[in-house]
Amino acid sequence: MKRIARSTLQTAINLVFFSVIGTAILASTFFLTHDAIVKSEEDEKFNLITQIVPHASFDNDIIQDTLRIPADPLLGTEEATIAYRARLQGEPAAVVLESIAPDGYSGKINLILAVRANGELAGVRVVAHKETPGLGDYIDLPKSPWITGFDGKSREVYKDPDWKVKKDGGKFDYMAGATITPRAVIKAVNKALIYFGENRDKLFAPNEPKKEKKK
Amino acid sequence: MNLQEYKDILHNGVWKQNTGVVQLLGMCPLLAVSSTVVNGMSLGLATAVVMALSGAAIAPIRNYVPNEIRIPVFILIIAVLVTVVQYLMNAYMYGLYVVLGIFIPLIVTNCIVLARVEAFASKNTMLPSALDGFAMGLGLTAVLGVLGAMRELLGKGTLFSGIDLALGDMAKDWVLHILPNYKGFLLAILPPGAFIGLGCLIAGKNYLNLRKERSTLGGNAGVTPIDAGCSPATH
Repeated sequence: MKRIARSTLQTAINLVFFSVIGTAILASTFFLTHDAIVKSEEDEKFNLITQIVPHASFDNDIIQDTLRIPADPLLGTEEATIAYRARLQGEPAAVVLESIAPDGYSGKINLILAVRANGELAGVRVVAHKETPGLGDYIDLPKSPWITGFDGKSREVYKDPDWKVKKDGGKFDYMAGATITPRAVIKAVNKALIYFGENRDKLFAPNEPKKEKKK
Repeated sequence: MNLQEYKDILHNGVWKQNTGVVQLLGMCPLLAVSSTVVNGMSLGLATAVVMALSGAAIAPIRNYVPNEIRIPVFILIIAVLVTVVQYLMNAYMYGLYVVLGIFIPLIVTNCIVLARVEAFASKNTMLPSALDGFAMGLGLTAVLGVLGAMRELLGKGTLFSGIDLALGDMAKDWVLHILPNYKGFLLAILPPGAFIGLGCLIAGKNYLNLRKERSTLGGNAGVTPIDAGCSPATH
């Protein structure tokens, strides 16, 4: 009996020893690469943002000027997201919002959109989607310029019935054979603009108090 | 070990016991990321690095690991190495990291890694084990590259698209548009294309083997039977 206990203990110690070494290696790698990882993620974000908000139109540190936005049905989000605010000489220039179109052909389509202070769209980009390659994926900029059709549009000029594909009586182009995808995107963009209209002042409020953080 | 033995290890890994078309191990990444040359080869190389490192890490400690717990210890070491590779890619090759995404951590579950550690590194010294892992990974990389090239060419009419993700912005112009104005062939990009392409590659390899066998008259170099028993997690 004693012998069994001893060999079990030996095995356990052995396993613990390897776990500790493994953890130490992982922890030090994490420590060493952490800054680089954060930096490349921020660079990536910054690249994406400057694609839709021209770099010349703001002068603040947009990656740091963020606002936590609670989940909202108008944005289609199920958890809090981060909004980035672009300002020019302290004045609101544009805000970058995340939005999710829940009803794509194969699930959710993640979008980011930049809305100028006057409610005009600066641009929209698809961040992630599962639409059929070669068919519904023309919403992605590398595949087709379709998504740039949103540039400069606003709810001032386009009323609710216009936010549809041309086939449904709206004002937006689509490609034959794949209308579900653009429908979902257009609907999500319109709803995000409604959200912007309702929350404009809150979205551009300066950074200090974060009351809704608990929500 | 002499030079000939090292050569044998290399030949074995890259050609004779090729993981992709002979052993048929590690099909999960093969099907998923071989839609372009760059994706396929990047994951292949990441796997090769992990395999070489795990061979090198496990061979020296093989006599200190009790037999009963060798599998958990091996998996632990492989998982640590994969995570290290993942951190490094996340930090220094972010674009590629985003493209390969979930398939980097999934290298752990790729049974070829554990299979080589168990079959080779746990019985050999450090240098041959590292070489064996790397050669096996290289063989996988070659298959992923060829399969990726077939699928990319048929599916999109290009080669090396996305190479800038791996090599930086200077490589942006290296993408070859072999078939201009090509409309694309969806089947090749979707998973069935990977199965069909892989089938063609295996057939090609078997044909080469048979031809060699005939030419060496009575030689016994037939097609190695496939040993398909493998970790259930991957498949």
